[in-house]
Amino acid sequence: MKQRVFIDVLAQFHAGHVRPVSLILNDGRRFSIDRVTDVRRAPSKSGGAGLRYTCVIMEREVPLYFDEWENVWWYDG
Amino acid sequence: MRAILHSDLNCFYASVEMLYHPELARGPMAVCGDPDKRHGIILAKNEQAKRLGVKTGEAIWEARQKCPDLTLQPAHGYLYVRYSELVRSIYEEYTDLVEPYGLDECWLDVSDNLQTPVKIAEEIRRRVREELGLTVSIGVSYNKVMAKLGSDLKKPDAVTIIKPQDIKTLVWPLPLSALFYCGPRTVRKLARINIRTIGDLARCEAGYIERMLGKNGLGLWNFANGVDFSEVRPVREQEEIKSVGNSTTLPADLNSRDEVKQTFLRLADKVASRLRKANMVCRGIQISVRDAELVTIERQSKLYMTTCVTKTLYEQAMQLFDEHYFWQRPIRSLGLRAIDLLEADEDRQLSYLTEFKEEERWREAEKAIDKVRERYGNEAVTRDFRYCRGSDNQAVASELYRFKDKAGELADQHALPMGFQAHKK
Repeated sequence: MKQRVFIDVLAQFHAGHVRPVSLILNDGRRFSIDRVTDVRRAPSKSGGAGLRYTCVIMEREVPLYFDEWENVWWYDG
Repeated sequence: MRAILHSDLNCFYASVEMLYHPELARGPMAVCGDPDKRHGIILAKNEQAKRLGVKTGEAIWEARQKCPDLTLQPAHGYLYVRYSELVRSIYEEYTDLVEPYGLDECWLDVSDNLQTPVKIAEEIRRRVREELGLTVSIGVSYNKVMAKLGSDLKKPDAVTIIKPQDIKTLVWPLPLSALFYCGPRTVRKLARINIRTIGDLARCEAGYIERMLGKNGLGLWNFANGVDFSEVRPVREQEEIKSVGNSTTLPADLNSRDEVKQTFLRLADKVASRLRKANMVCRGIQISVRDAELVTIERQSKLYMTTCVTKTLYEQAMQLFDEHYFWQRPIRSLGLRAIDLLEADEDRQLSYLTEFKEEERWREAEKAIDKVRERYGNEAVTRDFRYCRGSDNQAVASELYRFKDKAGELADQHALPMGFQAHKK
């Protein structure tokens, strides 16, 4: 069973849209998000639902979730 | 012909909990109230628990008897409200005629939408599942009652269509309990004359049912025949307030009239304050009393003058209580509801009768208290419940407002009317 892993995300807010720019893992490592290929509302495998950003990081596709009520970001760990 | 959808979120509370805790979906689970606050009943259950006979509204111990492996999850009201709003925002992309019925059900009038109603229903069903991870059952029909019936026919995650020509084959064989507004008492009453299915009711003579069940009977007969002209009321029209009520389940059963008085006073205070906030007055009240064996009585009475004053609501509630409750068993919960509401501005009674003047003074006093509470919080002014002996030697209740220090000054500024005492702590 996957776990929700909450992380810090640096995001750009522009014209009412939010785009994640980079993320910081809990061990302190920082990764830049190269591309966002899709944004849609979706449930996550680890629980909850939110805006799902399909991000490309170092050529790997990583879905990041944003809960706009709680203002938290997470990925399925 | 109209195109009405009725959308029902399947096992709503349980589904939201399983969305946040996917591990709960492996076995039977139920959402329950807090047993410590004596709200220990099943509020919702998942499909597995349903198959094992767990029912909404039953006590936790009853559910556990049927299903020892039942996982219980506390309720998270804010999440249900949030998901209900999210689902509703999907509905509102198809029509602005959306009428909520509780948090988990809505009617949609999609008659003016260019897409076919079935296509809309299928799309909504898919979107709710893909975007929110929940499932809905949708009934598609030509009126609200048949759409509601349709949404109950196939669950979960399904669309059911009921056309006028389907009524005899699809609807009439169903038990009466499947019909909207046909509660267990009506079902029992009709069973006594061998009316057990919707078809049995539809085939009866309308006048006979009306004589037996009154005006509601005629309504049910119409529903059974697929007749319902009620409109889907858009969300903005839902704002009209029909009644204002509060109820409470007590931490321990009440055994004395004094405890009942205190509880009703607290409830009356809340209800009156909400009335004043909505700028309404009421012309009647309703009380509900549920005893330790969960038998509930509801009684109502008209007031001889309109009010939004705690004291009047409280006194009327106690009068109703004394007339109708005979202490067969201790009391588990009490409720008080202000009914038959009017805008306060429509209600300016000019009278020199002492009671009206008294009422007016109380109204002003309580408005001042509202202002204090608004500024310093509800605890700034609380009611103090005392007893004293009246001249007729009967115990009469005397309530005094207690003002906390910082609020006291403000209350003085708002100058309570003559005859009222502000007691500073």
